[in-house]
Amino acid sequence: MESISIHIDDVSKTYANGEGISNISLSVKRGELVGLIGPDGAGKTTILRIITTLLLADKGMAMVEGFDCHKQYKNVRRIIGYMPGRFSLYQDLTVEENLKFFATIFGTTIEENYELIRPIYSQIEPFKNRRAGALSGGMKQKLALSCSLIHKPSVLILDEPTTGVDAVSRREFWEMLKGIKEKDIAILVSTPYMDEASLCDRVALMQDGKIMQIGTPAHITSQFAHTLYSVKSENMYAILKSLRTYPLVHSVFPFGQKLHLTLKTGDAADAKHFLQTQGFEEVTIEQIVPNIEDCFMELMSSKKTEV
Amino acid sequence: MNTREVIIDVENLVKKFGSFVANDHLTFQVYKGEIFGFLGANGAGKTTAIRILCGLSTPTAGKIWVAGFDAFHQTEQIKRNIGYMSQRFSLYDDLTVAENIAFYGGIYGMSRKEIKEKTEVLLNKLEFSSQKNKLISDLPLGWKQKLAFSVAIFHNPKIVFLDEPTGGVDPITRRSFWDLIYEAAENGITVFVTTHYMDEAEYCNRVSIMVDGKIAALDTPEGLKNAWNANNMDEVFLKITRKL
Repeated sequence: MESISIHIDDVSKTYANGEGISNISLSVKRGELVGLIGPDGAGKTTILRIITTLLLADKGMAMVEGFDCHKQYKNVRRIIGYMPGRFSLYQDLTVEENLKFFATIFGTTIEENYELIRPIYSQIEPFKNRRAGALSGGMKQKLALSCSLIHKPSVLILDEPTTGVDAVSRREFWEMLKGIKEKDIAILVSTPYMDEASLCDRVALMQDGKIMQIGTPAHITSQFAHTLYSVKSENMYAILKSLRTYPLVHSVFPFGQKLHLTLKTGDAADAKHFLQTQGFEEVTIEQIVPNIEDCFMELMSSKKTEV
Repeated sequence: MNTREVIIDVENLVKKFGSFVANDHLTFQVYKGEIFGFLGANGAGKTTAIRILCGLSTPTAGKIWVAGFDAFHQTEQIKRNIGYMSQRFSLYDDLTVAENIAFYGGIYGMSRKEIKEKTEVLLNKLEFSSQKNKLISDLPLGWKQKLAFSVAIFHNPKIVFLDEPTGGVDPITRRSFWDLIYEAAENGITVFVTTHYMDEAEYCNRVSIMVDGKIAALDTPEGLKNAWNANNMDEVFLKITRKL
């Protein structure tokens, strides 16, 4: 049976400036990869810090492998691996010294758990005598991940591991996470990149301290309440401005080389006709399947109109 | 394209740090009013090149002209004619909105009268007038980002350099930020932008991709997709940087 590894129930935390998180419930199973997706300030780090016992919640319960994150924080700390947002290693220790340091703290050795980190660490092992401060961004990231895994944790928590990282390195990092997940480790990862949602088993879409929606990426996109169209033409910016004046438009956003459009009423033919009256002749409008970013923006907008 | 006015002219730019070649004979031109995407993997040499183009670092060799000024000897004139915004540093948290604007205007030698007039216009346009006396630290990130961009072009520079301007902001704000970019470009300001969001690469008129200190590709997004037989810029980036 699937077993719950991380479980948080109705957790709230308010900071002095009024920001924080409210009524967050979430669970992660062993061997499951769950993503907290949202912009800066959404509350992602707050959740991760409560689970990692670095911050106390105002109310609610957080448990890791049956241990309470408040009362049994020592037990929790022993079984979690944590990769914070900022580079957390000792810059003036070498690659190998950093890894040895983290192993020793947890009362283990590099040799004992080498097999778990081998796929990642072997890529930086040729540089094991280099100071961590002198590594490239991608190598630092691999070292930090190795250090967070060296005590063979049953839970891995990663706070924005791919922020500011180029598209190719991001992809490689997610491939590494997939490998770790297969070792039956529960992974909770935060990211501001919507396109990474598809790489998670389940995602929680976060904004302003709340989870707007949670589920598998496929489930979330299936909940999209409108028919979504893509619009493609020359001079996309002119078309975008024109569509914003069209009364039937519910939403229109640029999406790379296309616009994504939803309508209050009517269909693609109506929109096409409108654009023709505005002088845009060569326009392709097709119905498409929404992605997580479409859903995120729709949730954000509907939440604003509720207020 | 060739008849358009060249605003950044780079020929065989080389920058070495000791024996390490960070920029290896870069050659490219950027046109007036263009949105130019400057992409590359981490460590490919983008930041080094941007620092040179902004007059903050001296090249080792090459012919580099920015807004008509020489990147070797006229770095002060370059700085006066460009704007700069990055995700990390943009506005002073403990100054108000109006104070930040006045500070930047003052640095670029604008008169008090001009600053006052343009501040009103800007705040009205951004619908920020009610926030005029708020501290920057009390503003949401998306607002800060928009204000930071507006401040970077407040002195009407010829070129604005944007270094990952949309990192960490929500997807709606990210898109409204690009509206500001388009508007600036329509007003003749050249936009030189780096990003890790590949959908944003599609919004640029032309895109260059750096690999290991060299420019591996430079074309319109459409041209790059055709040349690399790719469906989107994400695939183009992957193919070029992984040298597939």
